[in-house]
Amino acid sequence: MDKKKLRNDIILILAVLIAALAAWGVIALTQRPGREVLVEIKGSVTASYPLDRDLRIDIVTEDGHVNTLVIEGGRARIEAADCPDKLCVKQRAISKAGESIICLPHKLVIRISGESGVDGTV
Amino acid sequence: MKATQKLTLIGVSIAAAMVLSYVETLIPVPFAVPGIKLGLANTVALFLLFRLDWKAAGLVSLIRVLLSGLLFGNAASLAYSAAGAALSLVVMALLKKTGAFSPVGISVSGAVAHNVGQILMAVVLLGTDQILWWLPALAVSGIVTGLAIGAAGAVLIKKISIPIR
Ligand SMILES: [Zn+2]
Repeated sequence: MDKKKLRNDIILILAVLIAALAAWGVIALTQRPGREVLVEIKGSVTASYPLDRDLRIDIVTEDGHVNTLVIEGGRARIEAADCPDKLCVKQRAISKAGESIICLPHKLVIRISGESGVDGTV
Repeated sequence: MKATQKLTLIGVSIAAAMVLSYVETLIPVPFAVPGIKLGLANTVALFLLFRLDWKAAGLVSLIRVLLSGLLFGNAASLAYSAAGAALSLVVMALLKKTGAFSPVGISVSGAVAHNVGQILMAVVLLGTDQILWWLPALAVSGIVTGLAIGAAGAVLIKKISIPIR
């Protein structure tokens, strides 16, 4: 292989890697413990629950679809859902501000906010 | 290259891209947004970019995205693949034009662009910017996929050397 191209390739790959690691660093440094669990349906927040209180609730969308949200020991997860892919159920439990679980078929996002209250931004 | 040769190559490329798209549906990306794909079919786009031109690569990508969306996916995964494939192709075509990078470097940039495109489409579709948090992880996974695709693509480009014009 052309030596100059190889060098350019390496510079390019390192630049992308450094940018990704820097972004990661910024995220890790600014990450705060979560306080609220926000339920977003089609992009708007429809409910919020404190992360420190255990809870099991069925979230029902306008079309009658159900996702069962469980908050347990400071972590939130989707325990059951009637979506076809069940990918939301397979996602890891979340607890840190900014983390989210997404159910694409239902246009549902469960996310953790660092502030309390529905208006809290992360 | 004769028109029939070109047509055959495009046909075979579509078939290969479809196989890769199917294999991809069997390997879920373990993080981020459901429906996001590794971008293995980019191998074919990379190959065509070097052996034919960006138009052929774009045509094959377009047909592949539509067919695999209909066969193995849903509306959302089709939108992700379309955004990923389009951004990836634009980045790869531009970098190739500079003449400064090898297929491997171009492939890595294409794979990273593929993931960025998918995430941006997910932000639009889901109406939440929260998933931008996954961008660094997806960039790194793009580098790994891109290296693998680039290595495979470089072999293809070398071995399948149809005379260009
Ligand atoms: Zn789901």
